[in-house]
Amino acid sequence: MAKQRIAVWKFASCDGCQLSLLDCEDELLAVADAVDIALFPEASSRMLPGPYDISFVEGSITSAHDRDRIADLRAQSHLLITIGACATAGGIQALRNLRDVEEWKRIVYARPEWIDSLATSTPIAAHVKVDYELRGCPVNKQQLLELIAALLAGRRPNLATSSVCEECKARGTSCVLVAHGTPCLGPVTQAGCGAICPAYNRGCYGCFGPKETPNAPALSDQLLAAGLPAATLTRLYRTFNAAAPAFADEAARHDGTP
Amino acid sequence: MTDATRTIDVNYLARVEGEGALHLAIDGGQLTAAELRIFEPPRYFEALLRGRDCREAPDITARICGICPVAYLMSACAAIEDLCGVSVPAPVADLRRLLYCGEWIESHVLHMFMLHLPDFLSYPDAVSMARDHGDLVRTALRIKKAGNGIVALLGGREIHPINVRIGGFYRLPTRAELAPLRDELAFALDAMEKALGPLAALDFPDFERDYTFVALRHDSEYPMGRGRLVSNGGVDLPVARYDDYLTEHHVRHSTSLHSRTADGGVVHLGPLARYALNHDRLTPRARAAAQAAGLPAVVRNPFRSILVRGIEVVLALEEALRLIDSYVPGDTPAAAFEPRAGTGYGATEAPRGVLYHRYQVDATGLITDAKIVAPTSVNQAVIETDLRHYVEPRLDQPDEALRAVCETAIRNYDPCISCSAHFLKLTVERR
Repeated sequence: MAKQRIAVWKFASCDGCQLSLLDCEDELLAVADAVDIALFPEASSRMLPGPYDISFVEGSITSAHDRDRIADLRAQSHLLITIGACATAGGIQALRNLRDVEEWKRIVYARPEWIDSLATSTPIAAHVKVDYELRGCPVNKQQLLELIAALLAGRRPNLATSSVCEECKARGTSCVLVAHGTPCLGPVTQAGCGAICPAYNRGCYGCFGPKETPNAPALSDQLLAAGLPAATLTRLYRTFNAAAPAFADEAARHDGTP
Repeated sequence: MTDATRTIDVNYLARVEGEGALHLAIDGGQLTAAELRIFEPPRYFEALLRGRDCREAPDITARICGICPVAYLMSACAAIEDLCGVSVPAPVADLRRLLYCGEWIESHVLHMFMLHLPDFLSYPDAVSMARDHGDLVRTALRIKKAGNGIVALLGGREIHPINVRIGGFYRLPTRAELAPLRDELAFALDAMEKALGPLAALDFPDFERDYTFVALRHDSEYPMGRGRLVSNGGVDLPVARYDDYLTEHHVRHSTSLHSRTADGGVVHLGPLARYALNHDRLTPRARAAAQAAGLPAVVRNPFRSILVRGIEVVLALEEALRLIDSYVPGDTPAAAFEPRAGTGYGATEAPRGVLYHRYQVDATGLITDAKIVAPTSVNQAVIETDLRHYVEPRLDQPDEALRAVCETAIRNYDPCISCSAHFLKLTVERR
């Protein structure tokens, strides 16, 4: 059987999710051997034209140029997989969606008229069909390897859709919220990271985005009752998955915006 | 096509972190422009930080770069701690240096062997290079993993570590938790020293320039997380006076702001600068490795930066082992502090050079203004002058050859365009 042709693409992002592939030090050469890496500019100057069997897409859509580019690469890709919070939810840069990007241009650039930026940062799925998505800021490399292995084997990937709380229990970490009163988004955040933050005595900050059917209002009520200021709560939801609907709606409920 | 009308287009410069382009204009046999074009879509961190709590600055700015997030965590902490008058306990400062060693190792080894070495050995990437040089690539991956092991243990994960906060950490490791890192780091130290042998024997272009090197310098250590801002031109300033020395300018061909000295000078940040300005601070095995690799106390050939990175990897491995061996956990993972109004300044040595953060914070601890200057932004100007000096005497070379050396010359700086803004497209325009 011919090897699957893989492409790795970048949009507005920090490069961390595609770097996760290069961080698979033990598996990298085996993975590279099992597939045909046709395009991965960060790692190789060999750049072959499409079509591609699998495109991994990192980053969000923030410019008119990138909006055109995503449509084009979707057309060239059999499967399109988004990796990370930018590609699946718009990333930290989606904070602009609540503000005036023209003002932001003036804050950063002396000549804002030279800059091409859309008013919003949007996930890939807002523009084209996405076949699978990997959550996380950044993605978890075990999940990334599992996804690649599943795709090559033609089976469904085994990716958790439960909450970070379940991973804490599995890991034997005592609940930072209950035991220490530490604000934690674990109950509403999708599993996949391995519940790292609570294991380091810190509350989850939601970098894997909302789980399926989260009860964010219930968590917010608990946090507010424990004394967390509403403004702090709002900021807690508005970080790396600020534009994910469940987090965006919950944040809006507490900062008085519609 | 005649020489007067040739054009070359390279649509995407590979093996750099981010997206950018190069534009060379050649008019009547004269080089008239050498521009590094960066059109990485801006993400407006300096704007989105306004209104955020100053305690959020480390985690938020880490997202500027997935390759050197520790550098962002460290510079943000340094700036906010400067503002709030926090002095971190000695064991915490040591652990931060250990964390930084981990990032230097993984970032430098990634660049040296996966991104830069393929240029010298004429491969498109490390994976194809591994078919002929399997042991070297596998060893490099193992050294890289040893560095990542530090970041994963101390930081919680390799990319965007979660354990750093203003004043220190959320949780301190025990001695027993750090101990298992030791064997792989010791292996990596020997392996890196050995790998420098074949690297030193590479065929480096004969090219040297008289750079203005700028780096941090500290009384007692090779600079990572602290020090004064110094140059080989006699500059010696506290970090709080960074803005007096370097100022940013917006040029049309880049979404990453350029930096110049007050008198318009171009500076060089990164391994070559750190090494030249801190040669007397090298650790014993790093010093010996530099000698064995035939490096003088000042290296002015940017192509040999691959060797200087290797020396810094040796240093980081030695330091990591020392810090693990001498580690005694302190009583508290982080110094307590209260935010206060004012301006804070922080600079640390990212793998690619000085990373400067400045924050203005109000009395409630919210950020009212932020300035972040990534080393690749500053290095854009020196990359452009390198290209100009390198290409000018070689204009008679065919386009393919010119393109290859231009890409290598850019990669000398390990440019992180994600950091500085991002996409490299090479255009050579001959009129």
